[in-house]
Amino acid sequence: MGQIQLNQVSKSFGNVQVIPPLDLTIEDGEFCVFVGPSGCGKSTLLRLIAGLEDVTSGHIAIDGQDSTDTPPAKRGLAMVFQSYALYPHMSVRKNIAFPMRMANIDETEQNRRIEAAAKALNLTDYLDRRPGQLSGGQRQRVAIGRAIVREPAAFLFDEPLSNLDAALRVGMRLEISELHERLQTTMIYVTHDQVEAMTMADKIVVLRAGFIEQVGSPLELYHKPQNVFVAGFIGSPKMNLIEGEEAQKLGAHTIGIRPEHTDVSMTEGTWKGRVGVAEHLGSDTFIHVHDTGLADMITVRITGDISVRHGDTIYLSPQLDQLHKFDAQGLRIE
Amino acid sequence: MATQHSRSAARLMMAPAVVLLLGWMLVPLIMTLYFSFKKYLPLRGGDLGWVGLDNYVRFVTSSSFWPSVLATLAIVGGVLIITVVFGVLLAILLNQPMWGQGIVRILVIAPFFVMPTVSALVWKNMFMDPVNGLFAHLWKFFGAAPVEWLSQASLTSIVMIVSWQWLPFATLILLTAIQSLDSEQLEAAEMDGAPPLARFGYITLPHLGRAITVVVLIQTIFLLAIFAEIFVTTQGSFGTRTLTYLIYQRVLESQNVGLGSAGGVYAIILANIVAIFLMRMVGKNLDA
Repeated sequence: MGQIQLNQVSKSFGNVQVIPPLDLTIEDGEFCVFVGPSGCGKSTLLRLIAGLEDVTSGHIAIDGQDSTDTPPAKRGLAMVFQSYALYPHMSVRKNIAFPMRMANIDETEQNRRIEAAAKALNLTDYLDRRPGQLSGGQRQRVAIGRAIVREPAAFLFDEPLSNLDAALRVGMRLEISELHERLQTTMIYVTHDQVEAMTMADKIVVLRAGFIEQVGSPLELYHKPQNVFVAGFIGSPKMNLIEGEEAQKLGAHTIGIRPEHTDVSMTEGTWKGRVGVAEHLGSDTFIHVHDTGLADMITVRITGDISVRHGDTIYLSPQLDQLHKFDAQGLRIE
Repeated sequence: MATQHSRSAARLMMAPAVVLLLGWMLVPLIMTLYFSFKKYLPLRGGDLGWVGLDNYVRFVTSSSFWPSVLATLAIVGGVLIITVVFGVLLAILLNQPMWGQGIVRILVIAPFFVMPTVSALVWKNMFMDPVNGLFAHLWKFFGAAPVEWLSQASLTSIVMIVSWQWLPFATLILLTAIQSLDSEQLEAAEMDGAPPLARFGYITLPHLGRAITVVVLIQTIFLLAIFAEIFVTTQGSFGTRTLTYLIYQRVLESQNVGLGSAGGVYAIILANIVAIFLMRMVGKNLDA
């Protein structure tokens, strides 16, 4: 069981308020991702939930019980740190055993859980090694193993994949998602990478400067961004945001169109522009279009390949049903 | 860089330094060995010829030899224990954020800059004097009879003085080590349910292992040779005659250079025995 409820929680460091009072409920078994640009307070929020920082005001309830003043160890939460925070002088086995040793769990039960975790995480052959002798991905798995054996009410992940290389990151992303499917335990995951957020989350919380910009499922955020910030943050490549005359024609202050929702033609279309850099990925092509008179640069995404050259004239037509409209305050207009 | 030419050039460039260092160490060592096989009494006839191992036998069979070895080990051991234990505690204390941290840190290091002779004199006259010393006043304030430190607790007094001098060194090294501890490790241990003492025992102390090793090794080298503190306080009486001090007495007070030189060779052997034991005990910490 692991339902976590934040009630008017705020955090200040001295005079600087990094998190204004906010409410948030994370349901039991949910995979919730906090995402936002660096410095948006997502890690601080996680540390507040963990108990590593004291809240300035408000209440945190875990499973309906007020845990605002409960010390971190008593909250029943397990955390995986960005630096993994493995104990360098202990073997992998001892690292994983450490929380159970602190909880005075008897030896046979300890060994059973260690073996089970090691098997699940492919660590069986490495149990007697020191963390220094492991690769980044293996260390990451040890850190997860150390969290699993506690059988916590919820897992907290603080940017766990940011120290891994790109290929490993994709692999670990899958492993963590599978782990969640298997354990069905609440997980809170902090990242600045919107791809991780989109691929893993049941629920995404988009944060900016401590404010919650939007809460929703990945596809909700993709299809119905509440404001310009979320629209620009979610999706890759980024949504094209166009202000001015073109937007006013449609009765909005800002219009947004995703690169994948724009049709391209060499002969005719709504907007005319000049081809800048084209990025060929094989499956897709990203074309950066300049001189449209709408924005500095419009990015379009085409499935497959297209032969365009730098400097060619190109015509773009937005798919009108996929257009997002925002008012002067940056809020969505339906 | 590592061509044949550059390597021989490097050797040529290093040669003067190497020759100088070798001469610096080898000349005194060979002279010590040379004199240790001679009967050499500067004020009573000078060089009286070779005597084989006589000096070595006499030095060891002297009634003051083993007590001096034990006194040396007691002082080294005592100072090491005090400086490491209190050094760790002070380092943890100084690592806490507090007002005036910079000034406090400089103050803590200050004793290290006081010359041994001076600090020993200060301790002897200002603290340990049985009539006017601060300790005497403190004892009297509580109605107790003042302790005559340097005669009644002579070895303890020396250990106290030397520890006071070396504590800053230990604290400084251990403080830098503590500052390099990853705070996420401590937080992880906190989340894992480890209370403060367990966090210290399982995380902080192992992290300090290497720094403690360095402190122990460096201090041992210097502590085996302490002299000024004994010279200005007890003059080697009341069981504070260390091996170093015994050699000094043989050479300068008895004017027997041959006997003193033999003692010097024993001191080298003792230092090496201590070094071997130390490396056995703590040397493995230095392997990365």
